[in-house]
Amino acid sequence: MTKNDGLLQVKGAGIQFGGLKAVSEINMELNRGELIGLIGPNGAGKTTTFNMLTGVYAPTEGEIFFAGKKLKGLKPYQVTRRGISRTFQNIRLFNELTVLDNVKVAYHSLAKHSMLSSIFRLPSHFAGEREMEEKSIEFLKIFQLERYKDEKAKNLPYGQQRRLEIARALAAGPQLLLLDEPAAGMNPQETHELMELIAFIRKQFDLTILLIEHDMPLVMGICERIYVLDHGQLIAEGTPDVIRNHPKVIEAYLGEEVAE
Amino acid sequence: MKKSKSFWVFLVLSIIAYSVIQYLITYQIIDSLYSNMIILITINIILAVSLHLVIGITGQFSIGHAGFLAVGAYVSAIVTMKFQLPFPVAIIAGGVVAALAGLLVGIPTLRLRGDYLAIATLGFAEIIRIFFLNIDYVGGAAGMQVSHLTTWTSAFICLFITILVIVNFTNSRHGRAAISIRENEIAADAMGINTTYYKVAAFAIGSLFAGIAGALQAHNFYIISPTNFGFLKSFDILIFVVLGGLGSLSGSVIAAVFLTIVSTYLQDYPSTRMIIYSLVLVIVMLYRPKGLMGTLEITDLFKRKGGGPNDKK
Repeated sequence: MTKNDGLLQVKGAGIQFGGLKAVSEINMELNRGELIGLIGPNGAGKTTTFNMLTGVYAPTEGEIFFAGKKLKGLKPYQVTRRGISRTFQNIRLFNELTVLDNVKVAYHSLAKHSMLSSIFRLPSHFAGEREMEEKSIEFLKIFQLERYKDEKAKNLPYGQQRRLEIARALAAGPQLLLLDEPAAGMNPQETHELMELIAFIRKQFDLTILLIEHDMPLVMGICERIYVLDHGQLIAEGTPDVIRNHPKVIEAYLGEEVAE
Repeated sequence: MKKSKSFWVFLVLSIIAYSVIQYLITYQIIDSLYSNMIILITINIILAVSLHLVIGITGQFSIGHAGFLAVGAYVSAIVTMKFQLPFPVAIIAGGVVAALAGLLVGIPTLRLRGDYLAIATLGFAEIIRIFFLNIDYVGGAAGMQVSHLTTWTSAFICLFITILVIVNFTNSRHGRAAISIRENEIAADAMGINTTYYKVAAFAIGSLFAGIAGALQAHNFYIISPTNFGFLKSFDILIFVVLGGLGSLSGSVIAAVFLTIVSTYLQDYPSTRMIIYSLVLVIVMLYRPKGLMGTLEITDLFKRKGGGPNDKK
């Protein structure tokens, strides 16, 4: 294991909407190959933190470094090309496109043939499209979605849609994968499969993963370290055991003990 | 390889359609009323298909298409009437300048979404119209005399190129990028797609072909004036796309053909014309709320009936 190999550093980052501080003074450090959890009560700012990392919102304070380079000021698509890709809390698939095309879209920025070559149907277009098709089918095979490849994404069962969203995020070729509540709405069986899937892709693609999740058994079961957010601030950080017994975390989730 | 096979089928069918109509026109089996209607249909198909790229594929609700039609019409008219250059040059010039106008309008407005974009494009189209209205060089409100140069052959070649380019664009990684913006812009962005680039590109390509349609239209009617390019014209084109089914190219073609024929025949009943036309629209939308074709293409229908390539595998 290559420890202390920082992939993502968040230094005092925060974001303010008008007078409202959504999140502030976020300090995080992700090393290559780690699987990190980000938890917190509803409205704590977890998804806002994700949006800040992926360029949807620009942080109003602090800095974010990814693989040694500043991320601040990049648009979401540029952040994705740098190697961070994500899934969404409420599934955002391209519903009218087929399962295969959903993956192909993610593969878009890795293909090179130009718009003119496509319009004039030059050889580079055919070569490029064929390569995209082959790679995308390979991806679907890994996720056991190949049999659905000509199905429209909206027609897939819920669990498979979540799976497809993860497959699509991976097709963009990330080093860091951000999963926003991947187990939301899943039954225990599906959650269990998801846990196995996450462990598998992490090994297969040599990934670093940051995940937001409310399902505590899942988070405690697979994450090596956990960050806890409450009211827009990090209140705790550590291994699952530390977090489980951390007084501030218990307070955030269960409330303060009433002094008698 | 099935892609190139369908290309040859398309080519053969187009040549047959072209020859048949050319034959009918040359031997005067159909009179000038009908041959004029056929050219009008061709122009409307080009307009419908070019707007289909912007609204149906990329999902950007633009209602200023008549503005780019006007740019193409005026620029091409200037090229033939003032500079005495040949018609093909005028068509290309009309298209290119309209595409540039599309870039100019698209770069600031395509940051907007939904209704805001619609209002902005509508506004720009009006600006373009008023601009021509106030230029004496092109005749101002009185309009400009243009010689009749549009033939079935020139109209058909333009239509063929339009459809080929837009189909080729759609069925490539670039077309998929554009569709992904329509389906979910936030997700498209998160998947590494430069959404602004593709929105502007689709808008410019759409404007290019609107300009070409403008060139054909200008040289078909002997006279052009700013009143031909008001926002009602934009809505006419929008109706083709919506009635055909958002996202379906063959739908926009069918709707353009259907509505052009309907409105040509209704010219005999000027008093009730708009009432009947509107009724036709209402009835179609009641019975086919997703448009005539929905999101399907004509080729999808054949696949189902005849057991297409997907069934065999």
